[in-house]
Amino acid sequence: MAEIEIKNLRKEFDEFVAVENSTFKVEDGEFFMLLGPSGCGKTTTLRMMAGLELPTSGQVLINGEDVSFKRARDRDIAFVFQMYALYPHLNVRQNLEYPLRSQGNPASLIHEKVAEVSNILKISHLLSSPVGRLSGGDRQRVALGRAIVRDPSAFFMDEPLGALDAEFREEMAEELRALHDRMGATTIYVTHDQLEAMQMGDKIVVMNHGVIEQFGAPQEIYDWPATKFVADFIGFPAMNFLPLGHHKVSVGNTFVAYKDYQIDVPASLEEFDGSLDVGVRPEHIRLSREPGGIPATVVASEYLGTTQIVSVEIDQAILKSRVSSIEEYSVGSSINLIFDYRSISLFDHLSGRALQSEGNREVLACG
Amino acid sequence: MANIQVQKLTKSFGDNLAVSEIDLAISNGSFVVLLGPTGAGKTTLLRLISGLERPDSGRVFIDDTDCSGQTPAERNVAMVFQQYSLYPHMSVRENLAFPLKSRMLSVTESEINQKIETIAQTLRIDHKLSNKSTELSGGEMQRVAIGRALVRNPNIYLMDEPLSSLDAKLRSELRVELTRIQRDIGGTFLYVTHDQIEAMTMATHIGVLEKGKLIQFGTPKEVYDDPSSVSVAARLGQPRINILDASVFPGSPKKAKLIGFRPEQLELGGGGLDTFVKRVERLGDQTRLHLSLGELSIVTVTDPHTDLKAGDSLSVKPKDPFFFDSDGKRI
Repeated sequence: MAEIEIKNLRKEFDEFVAVENSTFKVEDGEFFMLLGPSGCGKTTTLRMMAGLELPTSGQVLINGEDVSFKRARDRDIAFVFQMYALYPHLNVRQNLEYPLRSQGNPASLIHEKVAEVSNILKISHLLSSPVGRLSGGDRQRVALGRAIVRDPSAFFMDEPLGALDAEFREEMAEELRALHDRMGATTIYVTHDQLEAMQMGDKIVVMNHGVIEQFGAPQEIYDWPATKFVADFIGFPAMNFLPLGHHKVSVGNTFVAYKDYQIDVPASLEEFDGSLDVGVRPEHIRLSREPGGIPATVVASEYLGTTQIVSVEIDQAILKSRVSSIEEYSVGSSINLIFDYRSISLFDHLSGRALQSEGNREVLACG
Repeated sequence: MANIQVQKLTKSFGDNLAVSEIDLAISNGSFVVLLGPTGAGKTTLLRLISGLERPDSGRVFIDDTDCSGQTPAERNVAMVFQQYSLYPHMSVRENLAFPLKSRMLSVTESEINQKIETIAQTLRIDHKLSNKSTELSGGEMQRVAIGRALVRNPNIYLMDEPLSSLDAKLRSELRVELTRIQRDIGGTFLYVTHDQIEAMTMATHIGVLEKGKLIQFGTPKEVYDDPSSVSVAARLGQPRINILDASVFPGSPKKAKLIGFRPEQLELGGGGLDTFVKRVERLGDQTRLHLSLGELSIVTVTDPHTDLKAGDSLSVKPKDPFFFDSDGKRI
């Protein structure tokens, strides 16, 4: 059982500020994702939460207790890394037993625990194999097993699936999540893979340059990104941006103008006067051959089975639309774009901040 | 540019039959992707066609000329590998010029320069021409490697997982670029990958390989909509197709051993068998449902903002499913 809270956490390495000023709360039993590109401070945040790194300022609370300066081993947590650091000279059973032995547990308990964990992870048949001969997936399972046997109150995982190939990663991600659902232990998970974060997480913190860009449930973040960075980082293909140039927005406005065309948007809740971008997800751009909408030219189409990604060009911008693959769109043909107004975000082009609207107000209010 | 024909090509390494009696016709200007898991024989087939490997039996024809005994140079093929093998001491320009400097070709200096400029523009590396190849990012290096193949005018371009060492974003950009380049130059491409997205998005034709055999050949749509066997059906589609015992659902044909339906080939809430929702995965543009049907698991996709949650019950019925016999062949 662990509820973990961090308050105004900051970490400097000499001149470099790795984590600026982070505050968020992980509820007990949550599968919590720290997501961002490399160098964004997600691993440093995790290491401070775990006690492997001391914060420059700020606090880490586990179940209400300030543990900011407690060592990792006094925090009752378990770590799983990207590279499955197993003892190469020991077999699977010995690797699993190791953490229990070093705690001085009786042999009967060790035996029982190893049997239980290897059963959960479906590696019982491998117990006497040397770890050198295991497949990547089985190694990762053993590494997980070593973390689980101790019954820690929380798991900390740093890109545990990063070393696996794509197909297998998907399978392991499902396994990991199912394992979490069964055990219910609070899990903090670092990844740069947005799909992994969406797929497995109950909550996501998106970081960039040491700053938290957004915090919330996966669908909320996807639907209503707080910044252009988040809009671009989450979703595949990413959200499209159509620059409008200088544009004024008043409270209550329900459309913006792109050249001679009108783009309907959720009612604005703020005044804005500056360079403005329209953000729209690929699946919210409809391609129409009827008159109406914004004219564009098809520049590429990528077949994906049931759906396809059609790239279209308007002026200098390339937008990507996800549509059913029943229709064919040949390269060079003209098409009209229709945006679903209910899901559009407007961004301040310079700061990247999303403007508040009737659409995103609930999501941004709690971020 | 050329038509390539492969007849009954076979190659073993010791006891391991890597490529087994493969017949394949690659017509001029097509983009053929060989798709299969590790060890399926994709790379060996590519190497046999290139001339880097000698077959145990079978023949390779380039434009009706039997070139089975020829070297790679005689076959005039261009290859791009996963590892961008560039000359580290040379600039980007020198790397691109290298294939053209061969004495066999006698290309003039101005022709070389012109070619390089065109290719560099196509690949968007024209601002990097005077950089050392070691000063490039991974994506740029791979573009130079591809450029080195493109400056020539080979019979066929052979590519072995050229994008697999790049990150996801760059990979998706280069997928679109490679498709465009292939269309622009009208070249014949043979491309090996284990990534189904690359196969589906770039190929004019996909050849699915398994254990050294070519098990299906067709357009991406044909292979996806009309798989010839259970293993082809499982190779394409994300999330993976659901494969269950045919007896699970009523109305399966007599000969059917297995039923297969893709996550989107399932009618939800309109009668059929009762399942319950094990887990709801919200991916943004779609929501995946993991369903339990007794002991069995089914994955389906639904509206992103569905109200369904874990524990709910839901009836399901396959829509136009695939049936397979006991050998895994499509019925």
